[in-house]
Amino acid sequence: MLRRNIDVFEECKNKALLKFVIMLGELNCVKEMFLLELLEGEKEFILEQVSEILKNNRTERENLVPLLQKVQGVLGYLPEPAIEKIAKTIDIPAVDVFGLATFYNQLRLNPPGKYQIKVCMGTACHMIGGQIILESFERRLDIVEGETTPDRKYSLERVACVGCCAIAPVVVVNEFIEGSLTPTRVDGILLQFDGDDQEEEAGEQEQEQESEGGQDS
Amino acid sequence: MSSDKSAEKYLNLKTKAKEKMESLNEKTVVMVGAATCGKAAGVIDTREALKDEIEKKGIDAQVVEVGCMGFCYAEPIVVISKPGFPSLCYGSVDEGLAVRLVEDYLVNDDPCFEYALVALEPNDYFPVFTDFPRGVYEKKIILEQCGFIDPEDIDHYLAEDGYEALAKTFEIQPEEVIESIKESKLRGRGGAGFPAGIKWDVCSKAQDDSKYVICNADEGDPGAFMDRSILESNPHQVIEGLIISAYAVGASKGYIYVRSEYPQAVRRVETALEQAREKGLLGDSILETDFSFDIEIFEGSGAFVCGEETALINSMEGIMGVPEHRPPFPASYGFRGKPTLINNVKTLSYVPHIIRKGVEWFKSIGTSDSPGTAVFALVGKVEYTGLVEVPMGTSLRNLIYDVGGGVPDEKDFKAVQIGGPSGGCLPESALDIPIDFDSLHEAGAIMGSGGLVVLNEDDCMVEIARYFLDFTQKESCGKCTFCRLGTKHMLDMLGEITRGEGELNHLDTLRELGEDIKKGSLCGLGKTAPNPVLTTLRYFKDEYEAHIKEKRCPALMCMHLLGFYIIPERCSKFCSACVGSCPTEAIYTRDDQLKAIDQEKCVKCNSCLFACPPEFYAVEKLSPAELVEEREREQG
Repeated sequence: MLRRNIDVFEECKNKALLKFVIMLGELNCVKEMFLLELLEGEKEFILEQVSEILKNNRTERENLVPLLQKVQGVLGYLPEPAIEKIAKTIDIPAVDVFGLATFYNQLRLNPPGKYQIKVCMGTACHMIGGQIILESFERRLDIVEGETTPDRKYSLERVACVGCCAIAPVVVVNEFIEGSLTPTRVDGILLQFDGDDQEEEAGEQEQEQESEGGQDS
Repeated sequence: MSSDKSAEKYLNLKTKAKEKMESLNEKTVVMVGAATCGKAAGVIDTREALKDEIEKKGIDAQVVEVGCMGFCYAEPIVVISKPGFPSLCYGSVDEGLAVRLVEDYLVNDDPCFEYALVALEPNDYFPVFTDFPRGVYEKKIILEQCGFIDPEDIDHYLAEDGYEALAKTFEIQPEEVIESIKESKLRGRGGAGFPAGIKWDVCSKAQDDSKYVICNADEGDPGAFMDRSILESNPHQVIEGLIISAYAVGASKGYIYVRSEYPQAVRRVETALEQAREKGLLGDSILETDFSFDIEIFEGSGAFVCGEETALINSMEGIMGVPEHRPPFPASYGFRGKPTLINNVKTLSYVPHIIRKGVEWFKSIGTSDSPGTAVFALVGKVEYTGLVEVPMGTSLRNLIYDVGGGVPDEKDFKAVQIGGPSGGCLPESALDIPIDFDSLHEAGAIMGSGGLVVLNEDDCMVEIARYFLDFTQKESCGKCTFCRLGTKHMLDMLGEITRGEGELNHLDTLRELGEDIKKGSLCGLGKTAPNPVLTTLRYFKDEYEAHIKEKRCPALMCMHLLGFYIIPERCSKFCSACVGSCPTEAIYTRDDQLKAIDQEKCVKCNSCLFACPPEFYAVEKLSPAELVEEREREQG
């Protein structure tokens, strides 16, 4: 009997140790959750914007969620320097701010892509094949939901019901809603954006050439 | 007497609003349903087309944006009221139809009856709501004006007796207001059905220098959008209810907690608050009484658990939205430690109607224990999806078959899921139970906040249970061990079952664990999270067993248990529709020019099934997946 109890105790101890190790690992993961590197000069821009927001709003703990919402409204996401700056101003540990930022679905740590793809995962969409659509996007973009492509062009996320259950499955790209999707249409949507971008680039190049030409003459 | 003054002030406002509306009604008015659902269906293009065409033709008509009428299946919706004609409602109005309506109806007096859905007032030409089964069973109270008044113009609401209840409230004592809410037996529409009057009473008796009232519009259920629709279509109704509740309990500050995922609702409530302040219905000394009260909007950031009142308060205080132990209930110790009254959008919406039309009127609708109506977001495999409001006590059968128009495409009804992730799935045999808080609870489901999903034979019950549990598991805040780990464990088991790796003893473990989670969790999320699993286990055990024993999904939905097969006898040499449709290039052409599927590459996305022309109908879904190999072997 005693032997058995010791065994159980050992097992529990090992489990607790394991859990502690995992916890430590998770703490280290915090930094790793910021997936994309900041671009050059981005940090200064972020700090400037955040200071501006902090100046114009109440900086109390109670106002923390609205503050984060405002910062995200301007920057599109909550980068690491912004979180640290806010924590310092309100005088709370950064981990508290980080806790909020990861707790609420609306707040994000990574920048949204130029094209923000939100796949609806409401009940109606799910039952008719929303998962298949999400998988198609994941396959094509080579990212999983919640991530942004390294060139910051596309970001993919799942949202709960957007309220268009009659045209399920639904995808929202930026503010534009597209319904009754099929995996082939997914390819079509992405192709369309690639095409738009190429046209844009071509247009820019043309303009540049024209202005250069103008200077020459 | 201040009450005389307030009544006079109110009458003044109302008369002015009525005059304005009358002058508006002399002209042709075109109302477009521009709530979020309408916008998704493309109402903006329709509105622009209408405006351009009206301008081009030089007609004296006004285009007004209204909220949601609840006919989601027929969006975008347009209502045209032309003097001399009954007001007519048109469904699925795209740009082309918009132009035609302007030309034929507004210019040439032909109402295009072939496109009309329903007439709004009795007439000799076209049927009205009550001529349809839906109209017979529906009884609209809080949705009555939704979609028919301009939510961004307070005069529309005032002209329809809006804020009359508020003026009436100021004539009586706060205790009398609470007494009538108690007597009306109004039950909280957030899901649990707690009597609102008792909550109000507790809060009003709490002694403190300041109190708060909060309107809970943190509607997070996937597939439910009643609160959004009400806030977008008739925000003043909620505001009026909130002011009355504040007067009753003696609060000086109110909050409306809206999800930030509802930007349009936030915008419209903001506009409504501003207009109410301008008219003296909100702010210092409302309607010239000595009662002062103001409302602020708080935007929630999307955590399902924040619909629970203690979690909601925590999130407003800038910490994680984690539920707290109750008691103390928020009604005595809530926001900032002060007595706080929290009511759902729908609960508050009933309040002005009860005060205005009386307690007896309210009790005459619905059942004796659950008076009033129930609002549902009717979605899924049903003909007429949308928002419906029926008296309590209506049977589910009436709701689905008469109001919802039944299951489309001649498919068989399988189950109805009530109450979202906290509710349960009820089978055909339970369709005759009346809709009210207690009967649904007995059957294993809950009233919930009002999502109602109809499922047909193509829906797998194990998968739907897994889907809802997946949602609650992700949204669990992690405070209670049972909810945090238990739901995870249940989800893993359900995942195994849908992949065909389940074992029979999983079913007992699921049931035991489900009961334990219900007992061991603090808040409603954990207490109800196992419901979808427990009810499907209770009513659809055979489906679980088919997944486990035969590795077969009876509804052909679980991807891992499926295989796609092209029947060579039906396939045609001259068609390659499926080849182009396949996103992974899994379909190849055989030596005899017929098509076949490479099972290794197939991601089971259904594309070929839809692409195959109906004259061939050659693609077949098979479960268990081994059947495909068998068929291929038979073919040689």
